[in-house]
Order: sequence, then C-alpha cells, then structure tokens
Amino acid sequence: MEQEPFEALSALNPGESATVIAISAACRGAERRRLMDLGLLPGTEVCAELQGPGGDPTGYRIRGAVIALRRLQAERIQIRRHKVPIDGGAAA
Amino acid sequence: MSLPSSESCAACPVHNLANLRKLGVDMENWDYVVALAGNPNTGKSTVFNALTGLRQHTGNWPGKTVTRAEGGFHAGDDDYKLVDLPGTYSLLATSFDEEIARDFILFGQPDVTVVVVDATRLERNLNLALQVLEITDRVVICLNLMDEAKRSGFDVDCRRLARDLGVPVVPTSARYGEGLDELLQAIAEVASGSFIGKPKRVGGYSTALDLAVTELGDKIKEGFPMLPNTQWVALRLLDGDERISQAVLTGELIHLQEELAKSSAGDQGPADQADNAVVEAEDKFFPAANEMGAGILEVASELKSKVGQDFHQVLMEGIYTEAARLADRAVTGANEQRRFDLDRAIDRLVTSRTLGIPLMLALLTLVFWLTIAGANVPSAMLATLLIDNLYVWLREGAMSIGIPWWITGLLIDGMYLGTAWVVSVMLPPMAIFFPMFTLLEDFGYLPRVAFNLDRVHERVGAHGKQALTAVMGFGCNAAGIIATRIIDSPRERLIAIITNNFSLCNGRWPTQILIASIFVGALAPAYLSGLVSALAVVTVAVFGIFLSFGTSWLLSRTILRGEVSTFHLELPPYRPPRVLQTIYTSLIDRTIYVLWRAIVFALPAGAVIWLVSNVNIAGISVAEHVINWLNPFGLLFGLSGVILLAYLVAIPANEIVVPTILMLIVLVNPVAGFGEGAGIMFELDDVSSTATVLQAGGFTLLMAINLMLFSLVHNPCSTTIYTIYKETGSAKWTAVASLLPVAMGFVLCFVVAQVWRLVAGYG
Repeated sequence: MEQEPFEALSALNPGESATVIAISAACRGAERRRLMDLGLLPGTEVCAELQGPGGDPTGYRIRGAVIALRRLQAERIQIRRHKVPIDGGAAA
Repeated sequence: MSLPSSESCAACPVHNLANLRKLGVDMENWDYVVALAGNPNTGKSTVFNALTGLRQHTGNWPGKTVTRAEGGFHAGDDDYKLVDLPGTYSLLATSFDEEIARDFILFGQPDVTVVVVDATRLERNLNLALQVLEITDRVVICLNLMDEAKRSGFDVDCRRLARDLGVPVVPTSARYGEGLDELLQAIAEVASGSFIGKPKRVGGYSTALDLAVTELGDKIKEGFPMLPNTQWVALRLLDGDERISQAVLTGELIHLQEELAKSSAGDQGPADQADNAVVEAEDKFFPAANEMGAGILEVASELKSKVGQDFHQVLMEGIYTEAARLADRAVTGANEQRRFDLDRAIDRLVTSRTLGIPLMLALLTLVFWLTIAGANVPSAMLATLLIDNLYVWLREGAMSIGIPWWITGLLIDGMYLGTAWVVSVMLPPMAIFFPMFTLLEDFGYLPRVAFNLDRVHERVGAHGKQALTAVMGFGCNAAGIIATRIIDSPRERLIAIITNNFSLCNGRWPTQILIASIFVGALAPAYLSGLVSALAVVTVAVFGIFLSFGTSWLLSRTILRGEVSTFHLELPPYRPPRVLQTIYTSLIDRTIYVLWRAIVFALPAGAVIWLVSNVNIAGISVAEHVINWLNPFGLLFGLSGVILLAYLVAIPANEIVVPTILMLIVLVNPVAGFGEGAGIMFELDDVSSTATVLQAGGFTLLMAINLMLFSLVHNPCSTTIYTIYKETGSAKWTAVASLLPVAMGFVLCFVVAQVWRLVAGYG
C-alpha cells in the first residue's frame, strides 16, 4: 500500500477507473448506508462515465449500473486509481 | 428452480396463463398475499400489471412507483392478493417510498415475497434478494428482463442460481409476457407450502453480535409480542438507525404492525394507507409505548458498545461479496460491451456540455409543435360533431318537448356545452402529447433530464430528483406532488412540492396553446404560425422552469433553510420503446383519466357559469356585477375583470379558463353573430372565430400575454391543493404552496403591465 493519502472518487475524469478503498469516516448514518446500498464498498471497481453539462454530477459505473453522484459525495469516497483503464467498468 | 417447459408442467392446472383469471382490484377475500419487491426499475409494475390485469403506470425511471398498489388474481384453486411495492435498494431504506416497501416486506407478513431481479445487473440486485432471504424463506426470485440480458449477449444459469439461493428462480420477460406461467407455478408452490425453501443465509455475525442481537431481540419481543422480525429491528437499533429508534420510542411500530396485519389478513382497507406525510411524525405518539420503548433503547445502547461500530459495513460487505460470487457463477457469456457502447454514446450526446441543454429544449419544442399542429384538425372535427350538430339537436329536441327554458339552459347551454367544449379542446392535444411523452419516458430519457439539471438544482438548494417530479408535473401537478416521495429530505421535498405548480400542467396547455395561436402565432406568416405558437408555449414553459429554480433558491434561503442533502440517481439503460403498446396504454390510462377528471369538473362549472350569467340582480346579471367590480383591479395588472372572474370559476379545474372567458365576453359585449344566448358557451370550431370574440371583448396583446403568464403563475387547482395537504399533512405548507404563486402571479403581471405601458404607451 502506498504511503500517500488516497485520492477521492471526485478526482476521476470521465473514462478513468479506480477501486474503492473506503468511505470517509466523516460520512455516517443514513448517508453511509445509502452509499453502501449503491454498492460502494471497499474493493468495488468504479469507472467515471459521464459528466453533467455543468461539470457536476458525474455518472459512475458501479457494479453494472450507472449511478450519478454529486461532487460533495464523491469527495467522501477514497479510491486507488487504476493505471490502465478497465474496459466495461465493473460489469459482471 | 428454473423450469424449462416440460410435458408434465404443461398438464399442471396452474401452468397455463389461460387459467389465470385477472381480478383487478375487484376482490373480497384471498387465500394468499404476495408481495412484489425489488430494486428500482426492474419491472415490478410490469409483472404486477401482467398478473392482475390492472394498469399501474410503468416507465423507464427509478422511483416511478411511490405507493403500495394492490390487485388480485386467481390461479389454480386459489385467490391471490398481489402487492406492488416501490423499488428499494435495500431494507435499510431512507426515503418515504422505500420505507413503504421495507415496512411491508418486514412487518406485513406476506405469504410469498417475489423479489424481481434485473438479470442484466445480477450482482447489484442480488444484494436485496439476499437481505430478504435473511428474514424469510418464502421467497420466489423473478429473474426479469431476460430479453435485455440476451440482447446484451449473456445468459443466466437459473438452475444454478436457484440451487445457490435455495429458493425458486424463474426467468421472465414481463414486458412480453414471457415466463409468467412458471412464475405463477412457483408462487403457488411456495404459498401452499409444497415447496419449502432452504434459503442462503450469508450471516457473518460475530459471536458478540450474535449474542447482542438475540438479547435485544428478546427484549423487543417482550415489548411488541406481535411484531415479526424482531431480530432485524434489533440489528437496526444496534447500528444506531435513528428512524427505527424513533419508531420504537413512539410506539409507531405497534401501529404499523397492526395496520399491515390488517391489510394482510383479509380485513380489507383502502390500498394505500402508508404514512407519507412530511411533517406529521410528532403527532403519532402512543404514550403507553414510550416507557417500554425507552427501556428497549437503553438495552440497545448498552449492547452497542459491546459490538462496536463497524459491524454493519462488515455485514454489507459479506452480502455484496456473496452477491458477486453467486452472480459470477450464474452468469454465462457476459459480453455487454456492444450494448454499453451504444448507451454510452447516446448518454454522451444527451448530457454533453454543449448540446445537452439545447437538445432538451429542442425536444420540448418538437413535442409541443407536434401537439399543436396535430391537434387542430381533430379539435375542429370534434367541435363540429359535439357543438354544431349534437348541441343544436339536443336544444331543439328539448324545446320541442316543452322543457322549461331554465332547465334547458342549465343542462344543455350550461353543463353540456361547457363539457363539450372541454372535450373538443382537450382530447386531441392530450391524445397526441401523452403518447409522445410516454415514449420518451419508456425510452429512459427522463433521468437524463434530471442529470442535466442537477447542477442547477444543487445551486438553488433543491434536490436533484426535483427534475423528475417537475417533469411529472407537466402531466399533472397532483401526480408530480405524489412523486416527490422519492425525495428523502423533508426540506427538499417541501421545496419540490411548493414549486411543482410552476410545471405547466396539461390543464393549462389549452389556454396557452389557444392564446398563443391567436395572438402570437397570428403575427407570423401562416406557414410558420404553428411553430411560432409552439415556441411561445415553450417560452412560457421554460419561464416556469426558471421560476421554479428561483423560488427554490428563495425558499432554501428563507423559510426552508438547510443543508443540501445527498443525491444519487440511477441512469437506467435505454430500452427500445414499445410504440403500439405505449400509444394504446397512454391513450387508455392517462388521456381518458385526465379527460374524465376534466369532464367531472366542467359539468358543475358549466352550470355555475350559466347561473351567474342568467341570475339577475337589479336588472344586471351576477356575472356582470362581479366583472364591473373586478375590472379596475384587473386593468391594474394588465388583465381584466372577465379574466379574474374566469379564474375564480376555474379554481376546481384550470381547463375551463378560456371557455369561461369567451362566454363572459359575449355576455358583456355582444358580438355580431355570437350573441344569441347569454351565458352560453358557443361553438368555436376555429381559431379565427375565437379571435373575433376576444378582440371584440377589448382583448389586447398585453392581456393575452398576461393571461398566459397568470395561467402559469397562480394557485394550483383544487385537486392539487388537496394532494398537497395530504402529502404534507400541514395546513401551513398547503397555504404557502397555494398562496405564494398567486401573489407572485399578481406581482409579475403588474410589472409586465407597467413596463409594457411605459414602453408601448398603451395597453
């Protein structure tokens, strides 16, 4: 594991993919449960697919579905970036 | 238990769809209750419709079903009650619609829970299925959207999945009616107990957690002896779920369980009794439960320190890991690349930085233009039939058999003619607009609209899903307001409710379209007038969207201040729209429904109009008195007494504003050739005769513009006001939602009138 602090999901540009490391401890309660319900758990692969016309929100492919999150939430998800983009996201 | 049809199955009485008797809502008793659960947008309502013969509205966007819908069917020897639940990602729900689903699955004690699973996103969908399997073994997995899976080039090994999960797995394509025989059979077997599931339990409880859940579960059982799934409640309390703690403390749990038990037991109540009110929570307080609830919470907080904080994440990870493993084993030949590429290409286009918003506006204009251009001819034909012929025939018939003039006047000149007018003006545009709208909805475009507009919504302090409820409002504001249940923050839900009125509902298009055609379209050359009118209507509609942003901004900085809550929106895959079926169902459901409502309101309004025009006080009709009294006031706002009176009469239903105005004008200023009957809504089978009347009535371009603006910005119709009251449970917020737009409308019209008079020097 690298020593440097993890990047946030919000740092991904469209087309880039990463693996979720953790949901920030600042995110608790219903909000944390919701992110987990959406499939954002440590080890999940995510790929940024779309960006809204204003640069926010961003649609991420998470376990086979495209889910839009606002920057504020994406900032709370720590990731490790993939060097080589994974095709097709985390499908199946 | 995937069942490729075999000879022996075909002989089974429940096998054949021919033996399925759809009971609709018409059922007295039932043998079994079946719940339909599943992630959002997996086709639960489609399965529900196929089995019950009902027509729950379906569409390609998550969160479309926000209430519990109930229906029945008869298969084999038994009657079944089927309960269609809102989609939910998990049993740890946070929004109102999801809580309805969660409560029913947990506490409604259905005989069978059918989990509808999207075959193309198996891993993600198995999450909910595994959670349901933790609490009951009476489960059937309906593996829906198999057609999409096959189109995407993969298959699911249902036998293996059924073996792994320990419950029947039935592949279906509910949209095309495939696999429903087998689904019925599986439901029957589980319901009757001839198949007993051995469900997969993920578990993953540490010893400490196991002990804590048992201890707390027993304590809850003591307090709420009738409550099923106490272990689940215990788990939620240990995780610190505030809503569940609240429900334990106030005794809401007892209430809930009693109500749902009633709904399952055959003591039939109305379908949707779930509590959705935004601000009502404190009113439900059961004092006796309080002490006991406090005791339970005390035990919970003691135990909480023993089990630690992160157990929930560990459990969730366990479930997801298992879901991924099972999906991996079951899915064969996964090669989704091609499909994803097409979806992604469309998405890039419709959400693009430069083209996303212009495309949205272009689509909106196209839809309005087709509606306006296409509705003219059938509208004229209907008017000829209902008014030129049938009306004259009815009137002459009534006179020839000697019915007194005032009865003929009230029934035929008032009620019949008013209704005929509404039908001929409204039916054609609705019959064109609704199918087009439904096609877009079916295709999956609506969530992209929400996606594009989310940035703006965030800026103004509103929820991103407000775009979805606003779009629903373009159909009907009452429907849009019910749809706000998908918004989980009460503050943002109130903003969405209050601003929904700025979505121009279909009751108001006839006004917009007619006035735009007469005053704006007429300014352009004939071949362009349709398009110009459409653009004028789109301008008003877009102005409404801006008003809703502005009002949201204002509310979120004044009386509804608060944090912008989190937001997530699933963008479903595009689905090829089923054109014929869409046209058929949207005609039958939406068009007829809305039309029926319009008729119900037009009948009494027609009577009222006739009465105020024909009851005289001091030689002048009541209507004329009111108009004269309102006139100076109206002129100040660039409107007129006639317009204001028309809005008063049209509070029950906005649809009748224009016919009322026309009738009142004729009453006050008899127009050559039109003035035969005071208070009669006469034929206006073409736009030019309407124009003649309006111009004779002193109608100016300013009045026309302000009439369009006021039609956009005034109080919601009575149905919508009632819906707002039901959804908010608060007289205060109902008053705000009703009065704020009227005040805004007057201010707006006043400003426009003053500026107009300054610039143009008349008006």
